Amino acid sequence: MATPYALPEVTLDQIKHLVSQRALDGETVLLNMGPQHPSTHGVLRLLLELDGETIITCVPDVGFLHTGIEKNMESKTYLKAEVMTDRLDYLNTVGNNFAYCLAVEKMINVDVPPRAQAIRVILAELQRIASHLIWLATSSLDVAAMSVFLYAFREREIILDILELVSGQRMMTTYIRPGGLWRDVPVEFDDAVRNVLNTFPKRIDEYEALLTKNPLFLDRTLGIGKMTAEEAIQWGVTGSTLRGSGPDWDLRKKRPYSGYEQYDFEVPTETEGDVYARYLVRIKEMRESLKIIEQALNKLPLGPVRSNDRKIVPPPRSEIGTSMESLIHHFKLWTDGFDVPKGSLYAAVESPRGELGVFIESDGGPKPYRVHWRTPSYNNLEALPDMTEGLLIADLVAIIGSIDIVLGDVDR
Amino acid sequence: MDSALFWEMVIKSLILILVLLTGFAYLTYYERRGLARIQSRVGPNRAGPAGLLQPVADAVKLIFKEEFIPGQAYRLVFILAPIITVVPAILITATVPWGGIVTIGGREVMLSIADVNVGVLYIMSVASIAVYGIVLGGWASNNKYAMMGGLRSTAQMVSYELAMGLSFVGVILLANSMRMSEIVEAQRGLWFVFLQPVGAVVFFFATLAELNRGPFDMPEAEQELSAGFNVEYSGMKFALFFMAEYTKMVSMSAIIATLFWGGYRGPGIDVYWWLGPIYMFVKIVIILGLMIWVRASWPRIRYDRLMDLGWKILLPLALALVFIAATGILLEMMWLVPLLSIGAGAIAVHTINLSLRRKANAR
Repeated sequence: MATPYALPEVTLDQIKHLVSQRALDGETVLLNMGPQHPSTHGVLRLLLELDGETIITCVPDVGFLHTGIEKNMESKTYLKAEVMTDRLDYLNTVGNNFAYCLAVEKMINVDVPPRAQAIRVILAELQRIASHLIWLATSSLDVAAMSVFLYAFREREIILDILELVSGQRMMTTYIRPGGLWRDVPVEFDDAVRNVLNTFPKRIDEYEALLTKNPLFLDRTLGIGKMTAEEAIQWGVTGSTLRGSGPDWDLRKKRPYSGYEQYDFEVPTETEGDVYARYLVRIKEMRESLKIIEQALNKLPLGPVRSNDRKIVPPPRSEIGTSMESLIHHFKLWTDGFDVPKGSLYAAVESPRGELGVFIESDGGPKPYRVHWRTPSYNNLEALPDMTEGLLIADLVAIIGSIDIVLGDVDR
Repeated sequence: MDSALFWEMVIKSLILILVLLTGFAYLTYYERRGLARIQSRVGPNRAGPAGLLQPVADAVKLIFKEEFIPGQAYRLVFILAPIITVVPAILITATVPWGGIVTIGGREVMLSIADVNVGVLYIMSVASIAVYGIVLGGWASNNKYAMMGGLRSTAQMVSYELAMGLSFVGVILLANSMRMSEIVEAQRGLWFVFLQPVGAVVFFFATLAELNRGPFDMPEAEQELSAGFNVEYSGMKFALFFMAEYTKMVSMSAIIATLFWGGYRGPGIDVYWWLGPIYMFVKIVIILGLMIWVRASWPRIRYDRLMDLGWKILLPLALALVFIAATGILLEMMWLVPLLSIGAGAIAVHTINLSLRRKANAR
């Protein structure tokens, strides 16, 4: 069948440079790890050149979970395109909405009420804890500490219940909307979050008791997958993976958004840059997130949670029955959407994995001309080959766990 | 050999094999429920009351599953490998005494299949045959992951087998016999675990390595090698590997109980002979529970570190324990043995800590 476009033929000579000459001579083994492999965290494929079990080269091959989300967003209005952002990094759905809404709000210059900002922060931090719990679960399962896996999932369930409470969805929330939130949180929200604040410190202590001083865990993680601060910066590594190597780069501190500057928290860092350092950083980050949530919840202001700009934010249901104007606004917003001034803009948030940025180019119409996501998992994954050289397969698995990639975030 | 002896042997073997095979099936149930309990789950509870029929359901499923032999596999060895693994696992229990000598119908019956005078050597030699099955299975699958699993199991075997053999020696010295029934009788006063506590620990870890379990399940290592040596196996052949592993768990627990925990001995055993198998059963269940607990809580060790552990820590430690036991017996000062061996164990633990600290400083 003839295709309308020509697919470039890749010859063997063009990809020979990926492995060493010894592999071509048959002295070393080429092993295809993934895309279907229990510890590649989804559908990552790694081409490994092995001498015995020692890794000589590691070539990540991405694209098996390509969803075309960036392209798809171009054909939807700004409001409707947001639903796609949930599906990018499916462990950080609130954070994805957050980044996207920040970008759109900056482009259309709409103010977000303080209550909405605080609730956004609470939810984003809850999501960060949930995402770190998944990281803890999977990365400890990668070194075969299987009980931690189930404990962490048990706790994550509590957070997902809160997300369900506010939005009706456990994962794909789309709760944060341009101009504020979908609606205010229910009255049970306060109790539910306080429950998390009360129980989680003890639970985190429990995980630490299982892992932090465990000799077998130390043996698997100390000095494995080392990355210096310079290397990390050169690769564009961000998030906890970067902070494990030393730099205290955290967008919540360095480029505060949504009122993060009001909260008192620390950015944990470690200098060693190995798997264990990243483990310590993430565990501490969970505790810091709890601190942020507590402060935000204690001074949660009252007031509206959505902007009053009817050209951007749909009117509440109660108005539609009585006001003709509201009905028209509602209709126009869900059919045509709102126009965004011409221009381009980049907004970024600190996702659990690092700097999650969105670049939007607008041609003045109701649909984005181009959307690009700068996703942390992709950049962090790029640094993987450097970390793995000369180590064993068992270490590779621990390192993949420690950089905490989400394949939905890598291929979009 | 008179015909009565023949029938006695046949009946005893049949009973043992039946017990082992049911034991294996219910061990899987025990493990799944135990793990679930530790991990705050429920575990299998649907088939039959409290899920008690789950092993039956599993067996039926596995028997009727399609057996797939990959085209690139070496068929003969591929089929032979599970058999080589499973047979020693059943054979190994033959020398374990389940009770003393009882009189049934005027005939003195020994409650073990074969009380040979080199029982310990027999266990050592038969137990290690199983590794051939794993290596050959991994090689015959003609799959890189399976091959690596097989290679890992050889590397693993050479590292733990010596320590295991030497901790046998400690027991042999203390009992002054290699016959299993005499080892049990020698524990009439004091179980060897109190005389040689560190030896019991070394033996337990060596057993975990022998069984490919707990922190030493490198040949399988589903996170690394996706399933290791059994990646190409399916249906009943796959089940045979598991049968071997779990049967061997039961047998090795029986051996641990016999060597260190007084075997079938316990209070009241000299009056009521039937308490023997019951004590044995309870001890086995406790040791199995320990293995499940270890599996639930510890991460897997890296295979080169297992070799380090085997050669640099366990082997010298086991040698020291043999020396300590011999010295204690020679000087007729038995109280020296537990004290010195705990000292040796403390040194070993300290060495491990030092190596970790060195690693932490070097990073």
